[in-house]
Order: sequence, then C-alpha cells, then structure tokens
Amino acid sequence: MTELSVSTTAASHVPQVPLPEAPPKVTVRNLNFYYGEHHALKNINLTLGTNRVTAFIGPSGCGKSTLLRIFNRMYDLYPGQRAVGQLMLDQTNILDPKLDLNLLRARVGMVFQKPTPFPMTIYENIAFGIRLYEKISKSEMDDRVEKALRGGALWNEVKDKLNASGLSLSGGQQQRLCIARTVAVRPEVILFDEPCSALDPISTAKVEELIQELSEDYTIAIVTHNMQQAARVSDKTAFMYLGELIEFDDTNKIFTSPSDRRTQDYITGRFG
Amino acid sequence: MASEHTAKAFDSDLQELTRLVAEMGGLVERMITESVDALIRRDVALGKRVVAADIEIDNLQRVIEERAVLTIARRQPMAIDLREIVSAMRVATDLERIGDLAKNMGKRVAALESDFQPLKLIRGLEHMTDLVLSQVKSVLDAYAAHDLPAAMNVWKGDEEVDAICTSLFRELLTYMMEDPRNISFCIHLMFCAKNIERIGDHATNIAETVFYMIEGQQITDKRPKGDMTNFATTVPGT
Repeated sequence: MTELSVSTTAASHVPQVPLPEAPPKVTVRNLNFYYGEHHALKNINLTLGTNRVTAFIGPSGCGKSTLLRIFNRMYDLYPGQRAVGQLMLDQTNILDPKLDLNLLRARVGMVFQKPTPFPMTIYENIAFGIRLYEKISKSEMDDRVEKALRGGALWNEVKDKLNASGLSLSGGQQQRLCIARTVAVRPEVILFDEPCSALDPISTAKVEELIQELSEDYTIAIVTHNMQQAARVSDKTAFMYLGELIEFDDTNKIFTSPSDRRTQDYITGRFG
Repeated sequence: MASEHTAKAFDSDLQELTRLVAEMGGLVERMITESVDALIRRDVALGKRVVAADIEIDNLQRVIEERAVLTIARRQPMAIDLREIVSAMRVATDLERIGDLAKNMGKRVAALESDFQPLKLIRGLEHMTDLVLSQVKSVLDAYAAHDLPAAMNVWKGDEEVDAICTSLFRELLTYMMEDPRNISFCIHLMFCAKNIERIGDHATNIAETVFYMIEGQQITDKRPKGDMTNFATTVPGT
C-alpha cells in the first residue's frame, strides 16, 4: 500500500479543465421528500447553474423525477406528499406555502415524457398559455406565437398550417410543440422529464439540438434514462440512487472518470 | 477489476481485447529475444524468422483496432470501460512499433559480415536487452493485472537502459576510429542499440497508458531521462 501512494504521488495528473462555475439559478439545500411514510429523497444538496444543462440520471425509483417535480411544485397536486428543506429559485423560496403556483410554473416550465398537445390548433396551443399570464393584442400574439414556434425549432414545418390541430403533428413535432408552448411564457427554468423516450432517433436529435440552443437563454434540468443523451446534452450530471444524490460533477468527468464506485457501476452497466 | 456487466457479452468483448493484447505482447517479447540472439550469434535464418513474425504482429494490431472500434460503436462504453478500450488500442500501437524495431534488428543480421566481435560490446548489448525485456514483461503484466505501482516502477526505471546505451555509443565510436574497417559493423550495432533503447521507451509509454487506464488522467511529469547519446563525442587522439 505504501508503495502505491509513493508511486502515484510521484506522477502528477493533467487536471481535467473544470467547467467554469455558473451563478446558481436554483439552489437545493438539505432537501427531503416524503410520499406519505416513504422517505423518497434524502438530504439533497446541489445547484442548477444559470444557462447550464443539468442532467439527472439513475435507476428507476432513485428519485430523479421526484426531484424534478419539486422544482415546480408538481407534487402539490397529490395529497400526502411533502418536501422539507430549502429550495430557492434566485431569491424565491419555492417551498413557501403562500407562493402563487401559477406564477412559479410560469417561471419554471416543464416538458413531459409523452407529448401532451392540447386538442386545439397549433396556434392556440401556444397562445393559450400566453393568455393566462398576459393581455396582448392579436398582432403581438402572432409575433409571440411565431417566436415560440421558432424557439421550438418547429416554425418552418408548421407556418403554413397554424390552424391545423396540434394532434395532427407527428410525435416528434408534438414534443417540439410542447417545448414551444413552454418557451412561449418566457420561463427562466425548463424541466425536461424523459423528453425523448417516446421519440424516434431523428426527432430525438432535433430535441437534443433544441435543448442545447435553449440553454443559451434558459436554465435547464433534464431527467433521462438514456446515459448517452445525458452525456450529449448536459454540462453537469447528477447521479442519484435510492433517494440520495451520489455524485454531482461536470458531465465530462462523470462519463470518463467518475469518483464514486456506484456511479461507475451504473454508467458502465454493472448495476444489479 | 470491476465486477461483471449486466450485458454479459460486453464482458466477453473486453476480455477478448485483453486476450489479444496479451497474445501480441507474448509474440513481441519473443521477437525481441530472438532478434538479439540472431544478432549475437550471427544467425541469419533466425533473423529472417523475426522479420517474418512481424506480419503476425501487424495483423494482430489491426484485429485489436477493429474490435475496439466495433465495441465502441456497439456498446457505447463509458468511464473505466472506455478507458480500457482506448488503452488496448494504445498498447497495441506501442507493441506494433516494438515489433518493427525488432524486425529492423533481424534485418541487420545479414549485414554484419565481419568477424569482428568485441566481447565487451556484445555483453553490453545483451545486458541492455535483458533490462529492456524485463521492462516490457513487467509493464505487460502490470497492464493485464491493472497494477499501478508495477507500471510506475517501469515508468521510472528506464534510466539504466539509457545509461548503457550512452556508454555503448562511446565505445562504438572508439572502435570506429581505431579501424575504419569496423565502421560498417559498428554502425549497424549502433542502430541496434538505439532500437533496444527505443523499445524501452515504448515500455514506458505503455506504463503511461496503464496509469491513464487506472487513474482516468494523463501523466504530466517529465520522466527521468538518462539517454545522453545525442551528446556523446570522442575526439581523435584522446
């Protein structure tokens, strides 16, 4: 053992260039979450950097989707679920019971696993959300819809059929419509919960490209079962297991030389 | 070594790569021994066999590279798996170079026509070969066993080889000045000594690869260097 320590200190390493620290957008401190009696998240501490993409990976039931759903208080819809600890969006306490949830969800948008367009026209799918928060003229609305659809990388495909039903689009287009709908209300944070698991590879690539573009303007958190996707799109990666945050580091580091044995076993497919 | 993958076929892919590198390593070790034997005994036939053996080494390198690329494409390896595959490719490249250097010595056997055979030189060459061969053996064992301290010993232990190489150079220069008829022989021997020294360098490259494979980072430190042949001079009449 002595030999080992002597030998390894004799040679120093090329330090991997760490990602410059981004100012925190969302700060999680000692966060615990309970489904009734079940302690689903245990003492989570991390920050989502501004304009960074943070990926959450881990086996099913590890708590990654639960954590994502706390960021915009989705869990409030279900009785018996409660979060304890500190969760800040800039200076706003997300867990504050008096917080206006509609306003919170305008600031923290969410895109789900299955595309969920409203059963209305493509135009209305976007305009509907904007009208909830703002009163604007028809021409302003037209501009906002176009901008949102461009933001969702969908404009060129739908500009001639804005009055067609949102449900007439392909799965990949529907998902991008949902992203455009989220972008339309100008959120600060966008949460993606398995956004590509129902999409074919080309649609997946388009959504991934979009996520990269969106990160210039938004802070992004993405839950994915696809490790290669996490490696492709994210700046930071969090590995969770059994409700705990095991390792949180630069994506480059996590996928080439993770520090924790459990992270390594998971990403190399040696788990269970 | 890490535990098994959920996908068992991935384990056999990695094991096969390691096995191929080990096979290549064994062949290369034999090539080094035989090329120097051929040189010392002036065994032209053995020299030719070494030259022929290099084809097999080149083939193995190709196979390893193809397998590695295939495994990357099909399994999308991460972390230690990715580093093991990249390392197998790197080690195979170093072994292929070592094979070339041994082959080059095998070729020179036929050119050593004179009977001139100073014992001191031959002993020096033999000693150097023993050292380098044990470096190559140790580093290949360290690679197979993921043994970082053993690899680091090889990495640091190259100085003696360099020192012998420098003294051989000086001696060869002296012989050449004594009698111009020795020049041809001495020049060939000089290249051989340099080849052996280069083989030692490849052994230290492999040690660096082992370091990367285990630690996930590259070595930055300068290795201790003892090769002074680029400064070796002998002034006539001294």
